[in-house]
Amino acid sequence: MNNGGAEAAVAPVGGPQPLEWKFSQVFGERTAGEEIQEVDIISAIEFNRTGDHLATGDRGGRVVLFERTDSRDHVGHRRDLEKMDYPINRHPMFRYKTEFQSHEPEFDYLKSLEIEEKINKIRWCQSANGALSLLSANDKTIKFWKVQEKKVKKVCNMNVDSTKAMGNGPIVGSSISTSSRQYIANGGCTNNDFSFPTGGFPSLHLPVVTSHEMNLMARCRRIYGHAHYYHINSISNNSDGETFISADDLRINLWNLEISSQSFNIVDVKPANMEDLTEVITSAEFHPIHCNMLAYSSSKGLIRLIDMRQSALCDRHTKLFEEQEAPGSRSFFTDIIASISDIKFAKDGRHMLSRDYLTLKLWDINMNSGPVKTFQVHEYLRPKLCDLYENDSIFDKFECCLSGDGLRVATGSYSNLFRVFGCSEGSKEATTLEASKTPMRRQGLTSTRPLRSLGSPSVVVRRGKGADNAALDANGNTFDFSTKLLHLAWHPTENSLACAASNSLYMYYA
Amino acid sequence: MAMVDEPLYPIAVLIDELKNEDIQLRLNSIRRLSTIARALGEERTRKELIPFLSENNDDDDEVLLAMADELGVFIPYVGGVEHANVLLPTLETLCTVEETCVRDKAVESLCRIGAQMREQDLVEYFIPLVKRLAAGEWFTARVSSCGLFHIAYPSAPDALKTELRAIYSQLCQDDMPMVRRSSATNLGKFAATVEAPHLKVDIMSMFDDLTQDDQDSVRLLAVEGCAALGKLLEPQDCVAHILPVIVSFSQDKSWRVRYMVANQLYELCEAVGPEPTRSDLVPVYVRLLRDNEAEVRIAAAGKVTKFCRILNPELAIQHILPCVKELSTDSSQHVRSALASVIMGMAPVLGKDATIEQLLPIFLSLLKDEFPDVRLNIISKLDQVNQVIGIDLLSQSLLPAIVELAEDRHWRVRLAIIEYIPLLASQLGVGFFDDKLGALCMQWLKDKVYSIRDAAANNVKRLAEEFGPDWAMQHIVPQVLDLINNPHYLHRMTILHSISLLAPVMGSDITCSKLLPVVINASKDRVPNIKFNVAKVLQSLIPIVDQSVVEKTIRPCLVELSEDPDVDVRFFATQALESSNQVMMS
Repeated sequence: MNNGGAEAAVAPVGGPQPLEWKFSQVFGERTAGEEIQEVDIISAIEFNRTGDHLATGDRGGRVVLFERTDSRDHVGHRRDLEKMDYPINRHPMFRYKTEFQSHEPEFDYLKSLEIEEKINKIRWCQSANGALSLLSANDKTIKFWKVQEKKVKKVCNMNVDSTKAMGNGPIVGSSISTSSRQYIANGGCTNNDFSFPTGGFPSLHLPVVTSHEMNLMARCRRIYGHAHYYHINSISNNSDGETFISADDLRINLWNLEISSQSFNIVDVKPANMEDLTEVITSAEFHPIHCNMLAYSSSKGLIRLIDMRQSALCDRHTKLFEEQEAPGSRSFFTDIIASISDIKFAKDGRHMLSRDYLTLKLWDINMNSGPVKTFQVHEYLRPKLCDLYENDSIFDKFECCLSGDGLRVATGSYSNLFRVFGCSEGSKEATTLEASKTPMRRQGLTSTRPLRSLGSPSVVVRRGKGADNAALDANGNTFDFSTKLLHLAWHPTENSLACAASNSLYMYYA
Repeated sequence: MAMVDEPLYPIAVLIDELKNEDIQLRLNSIRRLSTIARALGEERTRKELIPFLSENNDDDDEVLLAMADELGVFIPYVGGVEHANVLLPTLETLCTVEETCVRDKAVESLCRIGAQMREQDLVEYFIPLVKRLAAGEWFTARVSSCGLFHIAYPSAPDALKTELRAIYSQLCQDDMPMVRRSSATNLGKFAATVEAPHLKVDIMSMFDDLTQDDQDSVRLLAVEGCAALGKLLEPQDCVAHILPVIVSFSQDKSWRVRYMVANQLYELCEAVGPEPTRSDLVPVYVRLLRDNEAEVRIAAAGKVTKFCRILNPELAIQHILPCVKELSTDSSQHVRSALASVIMGMAPVLGKDATIEQLLPIFLSLLKDEFPDVRLNIISKLDQVNQVIGIDLLSQSLLPAIVELAEDRHWRVRLAIIEYIPLLASQLGVGFFDDKLGALCMQWLKDKVYSIRDAAANNVKRLAEEFGPDWAMQHIVPQVLDLINNPHYLHRMTILHSISLLAPVMGSDITCSKLLPVVINASKDRVPNIKFNVAKVLQSLIPIVDQSVVEKTIRPCLVELSEDPDVDVRFFATQALESSNQVMMS
């Protein structure tokens, strides 16, 4: 059925062949009727630069790391790994590596405000010495985590018998208070007549440390806090390896990775009078190659490219990317659906991808008059905007991603569907997939036609609370607004996608 | 498990705690590594302790940092310089960890050890280490290696020197910007050890690579290299190679690079000599003073005096002064503030006539600036202009500025001006001070903010020191003592504090006759806080006054306070009594 559907849907007119997506694996799959825990819902996904690791963050403030298992024997020279180009033929397989609690719920007493632990963004940093490092952000605070293998140590052959020492009580108990006493004792013995013989004391010896197994340890190295008045929506590393930005609704701050005590505000769109506020920052990202360039998107559907070389305060943009709206098409919803929920640079640095409510747009940074390509993600929802507005779905923030080669783009939709489009010249590739073990079964449906209800209860994605939100239109089509696929990521070097369907992480390859 | 002799027990514990679970105890042990080494003896330190440290290097960063630090001074404990090489492997590993501060400390310690090592050991052990790090798999090792070349290079035989230069050149073109930044940072140090012919060819080509780097962060470090390299090159080479780079950097697209040029330019002037400075660098500097980016103008404005000192007065008046005039009305308050903090220093450079004619109007306009920092910065450097033209020309504008700052609604501004009052007093003289500023000083004692009252009390003391007890008796003491009747107890406390500060300056007689009665009187206050502060003040007065006064006046008062119903009053009164007993005994 899958193959048949794929061939029927896409006619290869030119450009590369459409990809045939296959299920690879799933983590945290729900069993039928299982209640989803709010804290388990995935809120961020990110591959690292080599694609050997994948991190997810959830609403419970946890970060889960996965590592690639199929390329273990391929690990070559580390210097090559840093440059992250090596070919592997098999499709990526991942396994659970470790997890840690990145953020905890907090309460801001000054503003009487609860701060959720939900992870908004994860960004990997340059790793060194086999340690993994990443930044994770909730609404207010960014943390720098290092995950490293540590030897599990067993110390024996001590100078002082620990069992006896315990018996002696206060003299040797390993508390800090007694250590200060020892400190004085040592100070005394070096100052007094106590002399060290040239050969040392033969009775003293070093403890013996044995270690058998390695254990993964996550340590929070730095906390970058107290810099955001509004909620953080993006963090992004600079290509120079020493700085990163964090963006909230009105401001973008620049940080040095090594310094958590201060940051520089480089963009501030807050008007003197908040009543004059017409747009907010929705997403921001550094250029992948040019360390001085960054782009940020706004709720008005604009993308601004700024050059940090020009000025310390980048309130004036270098380039503005905006699509001219078709005359006469304005409605109440025009501004709302124009809001950009995510922007991403292609790896080559030439193209940018933006996602608004109904479309995915590909921009060439040398052309700011309009997008090079526009993909309709779920155009069939256009007549339903009124309903979507009423149940707030219209404000859902879908992420988008590009393949490593820049030939394809992907983004999510409702009913746990996601779409992959070909963006090379002449490509008609437009695949609809479902985040389930049989991703291609929706293949027969194209974006412009409404979804057909497939009848069978095992097929329609309607579980748990989802049933309440599923709406039937006049033609009997279903839209399940509760099962939305907001977060997904494309493997940096291969055609492999990771996407989050509520608390489950589905992986596909082609 | 062996038992140790009693005297060795503390050291035994110290050794055991090298591997304690508690990081504080491990840190403590590592900090006392030298004690452990002495207890083990040199040979066992080499054969056991150092390998032990090497094996256990996956500790927390704080412990590794302490270890890197200790090992830098460890040569005596391993048996002197002939055994210094045993320390290298441990530090080499520390050079590769990901935490920057640990790596930096390890490099620092390696340099310290390398500087003491014998030449043959350097060739045998140190240079291979540098080469290994430079070829390191992870960028961390390569970053560290850059900081070691200047130690390794001088001892290397010629063939090896060529190799080291080639390796450094590779590092300057590394894929990772972190490595290139490190090579740019350390280029000056390395260049200083390289022979002149190679300097002109090899080092300059590395420098050229770095100056053309895509990354702003690398280029701006190369700016620092300009000054360092400039000092090494012959003046004519410097003009030929460095000057064009500076000129092009000063027009770099990135404001951060221009900012660095603005900060470093006066050093570069020294390197290129007076003639090229006049012809090339003055225009560069003028351009930076007029840069579009406020940050660059701030940096340039802050260096205006240093730059003028290098030039002759005519050039400064002709080229720099017009820019200074523009900057004094710059749209950015931070630029004006930076200018205000250095502009007074231009007076001695320009001389009396030019100062009165050209600078004075600028001083005056900055004194009236709307931004308090600007005014403060002018006032803080008054002494510099006083030497050239005297204060009279300024004093008329000065007073309104001071009064306005004294009443500024931001307490930090008020605090800043209070701190300059003694300086102003010394510059303006007694006469001026009496008329205008005396009242202000008293007003601050009644400020709403504690920090201001505290500073005001100190100010009163410093004024008494400046003008002497006689003047203070007339102009300060009566006014201060008047305030002891203030209805607010916090203000009465300020006065008690002022008295304790004034007493040592005023001397025994005045203290006994004027200050002490007021304090004794205050011991009857209805607020306990005042009473225990009286006890504290009395304690501070004991060493100043005569023993008889202590017996007759202070002790009875303290005895009375020590029976107060309030526990704090009793505590401080008893404390004061005890200290008076001690004074009596001695």
